[in-house]
Amino acid sequence: MTDWIEIGTVQAIPRRGARCVSVPGGKIAVFRTQEDQIFAIENRCPHRNGPLSEGIVHGGSVTCPLHNWVFDLATGKALGADEGEVRTYPIDVVDGRIFLAADLVAVAAE
Amino acid sequence: MKEKLVIIGNGMAPGRALEKLFETGPSRYSVTIFNAEPRVNYDRIMLSPVLSGEKSFEDIIIHGDGWYIEHGIMLYKGHRIVEIDREKRMVRSEQGATAEYDKLIIATGSVPFIIPVPGHKLPGVLSYRDLDDVHAMMLAAKGRGHAVVIGGGLLGLEAAAGLLNQGMSVTVLHVNPTLMERQLDPAAGYLLQRELERRGIEVITKANTKEIIGGSRVEAVLLDDGRRISADLVVMAVGIRPNAALGKEAGLAVNRGIVVNDQMQTSDPAIYALGECAEVGGTCYGLVAPLYSQANIVAAHLSGDSKAAFVPQYTATRLKVTGIDLYSVGDFAEGEDREEIVLRDATAGVYKRVILRDDRIIGAVLYGDTADGPWFFDMLKNGTDTRPMRDTLIFGQAYQGGTPLDPMAAVAALPDEAEICGCNGVCKGKITDAITGKGLTTLDGVRAHTKASASCGSCTGLVEQLLRATLGDGYNPAAVQPMCPCTDYGHDDVRRLIVAKSLKSIPAVMQELEWKTSCGCAKCRPALNYYLVADWPGEYEDDGQSRFINERVHANIQKDGTYSVVPRMWGGMTNPKELRAIADVADKFAIPAVKVTGGQRIDLLGVKKEDLPAVWADLNAAGMVSGAAYAKGLRTVKTCVGSDWCRFGTQDSTGLGIRIEKFMWGAWTPAKLKLAVSGCPRNCAEATCKDIGVICVDSGYDIHFAGAAGLDIKGTELLCHADTEDEALEIIVALTQLYREQGRYLERIYKWAKRVGTPSILANVVTDREKRRHYYERFVYSQTFAQVDPWEERVNGKDAHEFAAMAEFGLPVAAE
Repeated sequence: MTDWIEIGTVQAIPRRGARCVSVPGGKIAVFRTQEDQIFAIENRCPHRNGPLSEGIVHGGSVTCPLHNWVFDLATGKALGADEGEVRTYPIDVVDGRIFLAADLVAVAAE
Repeated sequence: MKEKLVIIGNGMAPGRALEKLFETGPSRYSVTIFNAEPRVNYDRIMLSPVLSGEKSFEDIIIHGDGWYIEHGIMLYKGHRIVEIDREKRMVRSEQGATAEYDKLIIATGSVPFIIPVPGHKLPGVLSYRDLDDVHAMMLAAKGRGHAVVIGGGLLGLEAAAGLLNQGMSVTVLHVNPTLMERQLDPAAGYLLQRELERRGIEVITKANTKEIIGGSRVEAVLLDDGRRISADLVVMAVGIRPNAALGKEAGLAVNRGIVVNDQMQTSDPAIYALGECAEVGGTCYGLVAPLYSQANIVAAHLSGDSKAAFVPQYTATRLKVTGIDLYSVGDFAEGEDREEIVLRDATAGVYKRVILRDDRIIGAVLYGDTADGPWFFDMLKNGTDTRPMRDTLIFGQAYQGGTPLDPMAAVAALPDEAEICGCNGVCKGKITDAITGKGLTTLDGVRAHTKASASCGSCTGLVEQLLRATLGDGYNPAAVQPMCPCTDYGHDDVRRLIVAKSLKSIPAVMQELEWKTSCGCAKCRPALNYYLVADWPGEYEDDGQSRFINERVHANIQKDGTYSVVPRMWGGMTNPKELRAIADVADKFAIPAVKVTGGQRIDLLGVKKEDLPAVWADLNAAGMVSGAAYAKGLRTVKTCVGSDWCRFGTQDSTGLGIRIEKFMWGAWTPAKLKLAVSGCPRNCAEATCKDIGVICVDSGYDIHFAGAAGLDIKGTELLCHADTEDEALEIIVALTQLYREQGRYLERIYKWAKRVGTPSILANVVTDREKRRHYYERFVYSQTFAQVDPWEERVNGKDAHEFAAMAEFGLPVAAE
């Protein structure tokens, strides 16, 4: 059975914005869309390691702040002409509280 | 370990070779380029439109600085290589920079041929080869006067037409009886001469230059027959020769050019030669199409394809003078085994001649109507038997098959293999596939995906016809470039509608203007946010989530995810207290780098994001505010010490600079805005390359604007003179407000000025006092909401979520 760890509330993230969760050895970016959907992906663009949590969020995508690669938050896949993908992490939202899978938090550190 | 690839020269051929190389094996080589010219790779074929004023340098850049950064290329600008050490496999530049290579490409191009007549070194005698030559010609043309162009070939005639456009009177001297004899037969040469003369260019053929006369600079050209033609400028465009000197000194086999095999390798297999400096199969090529083929061969060979080999090829020539249509290809000399078909229409100024041997086309010369050029060229390359269409051949493709067709049908009828873009070797099928496959609807789209029409541009018409033929009514050439794929409106329309419909939020704009996406994209959102900030001061609430990270957190993101912090130093002035505070902050937060910027500020680099509020708090405590070094807004006002200290200073330039900066800080603008005030025309604050610059003079203040010193280098234009400091400030502020209201997002002031034209700017902020006052007052009103230090706000808790992690998990406690 999956252990879930609470990382904070939906309210703590601005709409069309993101915040980071620090885990041993790296960061997970947690996004909130205009429609209050929550997604978690690796906070590192495969192109030049740009911090994706700092990008502009539009629809269900984010644009990397360094060189404008665009990623689908749900699949982690790059959109448009670029090719690449970032890791996605399962998220559970209950009553406005956000949970990450505990084992995944640990694995993300690899 | 990557292999080291060094390239000498940064012209079009090596640029293309690198593009191809990165396509096939992006990470095999680490690349170093030495460019004797102090700039990036640009489209040399398009120098003539730059000279004639139809294009600007930025229009013809092929690879901007970003491209080199993106591909990790080390580019030495302005470094001429003086030595190739083949033993150590190393090159050395004039300045002493060295680089080792595993593979070396020599692409030094050609040098203009200068006729060694007496006086050829006089000031005012130029060649026509690179951007520096074009700038020198444009500068000379400012004095109007008379130009003499020696050489009536392709380059000489383009120079002549350009100089005429720049307002000079022009004489062309040509040694042969008819112009462009290498590309044109005498009849077409004559038509061309008549057209040039009609435009006001004097053409003297059979003209042998004997001497160039002058004292401190050129005064006249003397011909063999005793004629003397006075000249303020002489342009020598009699030909080029391969620049093979480096190869020769390095001991490589050199004939006319550096001798290479059909894989472009020199006598040293580690060294390639490419472009105009290379001699392949006994020929040195000068037109872009074969040079691009050479580039492809080099790239293929470097990525391990040993089979690729250069095949000699015909090339077609066009003259790039607006309004003159001229096309020639192949061999058009007369001969016993040849037939020719000629069509002349004197009234329409049309001349067509097709040369046949064994019923196959071997050459064509077209003047006045060149639409069928590629069709003839295609048949020439394919060796098409022309007998079935002999009677109508000369009328062109539209007349084949009995019924006259419209040009659209002619394009539609071209086979998929027909070459459309000669420069880049793009055939029709590739273009139509890209249009349908990638859903392209614009010329720019086709250029981006296929490179067709992206070099000399002479096939633009054909590409547009292909777009129309493929898309039907879906193609609208007059369409405005949309802001981004989320809308069909261009920037200007969106802005106009924001005001006209009183749209005061991003969702309102997207709703009313029928945005195609739910909440825009990273391109349109920052633009809309700026437009709303600028158009509805006090009413629109700034949307941080629609700003780029730098403007959202008021610091500049660096490549490693840390930030740089630049406090404001009004007019570049500081004091011991501020300097101590900066030093203390650097120590306290272990900031790894402290640098003085070009805008007279101090930059603290490598600050961790979570430290930003604390760093700002300490700087605030010493009285410093954000320097806005990240903003599309007012950045810096540079000053010199002016009449306070300098023995040449005419006015208090420092005081005026500080006054302007205190008045204008906090203002958002379409793109960054940098100012400077110099206390005298010696211009120590370098005001004449700024967005807005002031040069103080005894009688007051000269206000300049629209300079650039980044990717482009452009001196400012003089806007007007102000008698008093108050007047100067009012004009500068009004000018800024006009730019705020008209500029497109990310459009620097010089590009805006070029687009709207200086007269309209003068009318709004100089000649009409009342209008100026209105712009000034709108700016002042807007500033009442803008002048809030963003650092202080955040020190006091605003946007705290930006600077702290949402949750932190340490290493799990080991259970095993």
